[in-house]
Parts: sequence; structure tokens; C-alpha cells
Amino acid sequence: MNNSMHLEFLSISENESFARAAVAAFAAQLDPTMDELDDIKTSVSEAVTNAIVHGYGDAVGTVHISCVLSGNVITVTVSDRGRGIEDVSLARTPLFTGAKGSERSGLGFTVMETFMDSIEVLSTPGEGTIVTMWKRISTLPQAACV
Amino acid sequence: MDISVLIQRKTLIVTLRGELDHHSAGNVKELLEELIKNRGPENLIFDFTNLTFMDSSGVGMLIGRYKLISAIGGKVCICGASRTVDRLLTMSGIKKIIATYQTAEDALNRLEEVVS
Repeated sequence: MNNSMHLEFLSISENESFARAAVAAFAAQLDPTMDELDDIKTSVSEAVTNAIVHGYGDAVGTVHISCVLSGNVITVTVSDRGRGIEDVSLARTPLFTGAKGSERSGLGFTVMETFMDSIEVLSTPGEGTIVTMWKRISTLPQAACV
Repeated sequence: MDISVLIQRKTLIVTLRGELDHHSAGNVKELLEELIKNRGPENLIFDFTNLTFMDSSGVGMLIGRYKLISAIGGKVCICGASRTVDRLLTMSGIKKIIATYQTAEDALNRLEEVVS
């Protein structure tokens, strides 16, 4: 299976559910298990929430998602042109949150790391952040050839 | 996200239906802030039987309510979490401070046992 799609939407919180539902609907082509689909949905929700809350804050910008299916691997890239992250490895530390005084759990990147096979975060302060996540979808065993 | 609340003696039972994310967590937080201030419940039970999705913003909301209720000596419980929601609760470590039960009745019975 080789396929791709792109999405662009405003960084308003109403779009969080739209974004994860759209990616899940696209990922369904790989026939994932319910757990795998939930892993993808949750990870996309985390990345999109980060773009909205941390990338743009009170400003409204554009969040871009690109999704590629290649064989049984899904690659999801969530990018923003927001304020970027000063220290990516600190931001990826469990329980760290850059939103002081708010009710953020600081677990967004930990969730993505746990639920996806791997993630990569590229960020430039003042320019934005690109989060790329990969997940291999399990395939049913092929019927034995006789 | 559909939110309904019920007060049983000194416990506020909050039933959430739908998806708990950063957007809906803000609404839940706002509503509970008001109810906790005005009705002064001792304990809080979140009924997640009809919660179909939760991400780490939900965990943040739960931690916030836990801090508020435990500051006044109360307890916070969760009941009815689906396998999906329970995976996130386990991963986040929140189950070490917030007990989980099958039903609201189980949670309520347990809270009253602790009190009596």
C-alpha cells in the first residue's frame, strides 16, 4: 500500500478532534488493530495540541499534517510555523511542560514515544516545529502456500 | 463532549461522554471549578463508561482536580475506563494517586467505607 495525504487547518482547539479522526480514517487503509488505531489517534492529538498550545499560543496560525502509507508503515508529520522549541531534549523529558501555570501534564512527547515506533522532533526557535512519527502496522499472517 | 453531574451525599459524580482532549478538558475544568466552589463536594468520581478517547490533556485535567479535592481532604476516583483510556491512565502513572473502579457504585461504596 502506497498512498499519501495532506491536511492544513487553523490552530484552534476545535480542530484537534478533526485532525486525529482524519488521520485515523486515512490510516484505516492499512487495516490496523483497534489498539494501533488508538495509538495513532492519541499521538496525532498530542502533536496537534502541542502545535496549538505551544507553537502558536494565543495567536492563530496554520497546522500542517502529512501522512504517508508505505508498505505497512505509516509516517505522520505534524508541523507548525509557531514559536519553536528552545531545547528539544528538555521538552521531550517526561512531565516537563513549557506552559507554566496551566494544567498541562507534560506527557505529550512521552505518549508519542510510547505509542509510536519512533518519533523525530526538529525545531527552530522563531520558525516552527516539525514532528515526524512512524508506526509499523501488524499484518495478519499470510495463508501458507501449499 | 457531553458532561453530566450528580451529587450523591458528599460526592460529585461527573459523567463524561465523548472525547476528552485539550479542547474539551477546558470545558470540564470550567464547569467543575464552579460546582466545586458552589456545592463544596468532598469527593469526586469521574465516570468514564462512555468516554471514547482521552489524551494527555485529560491527564492534566485530572491532576488539576486531584490537587483541588485533596487540598480539602477529599478523594478522587475514576470508574468505567475503557481499555484505551485505561492504557493512558496506566502509562501516565496517575493510577498511583487516583483509584480506578469498574462502576460508580463500586467507587461510591469504597469512598463511604473509607469515611465510616
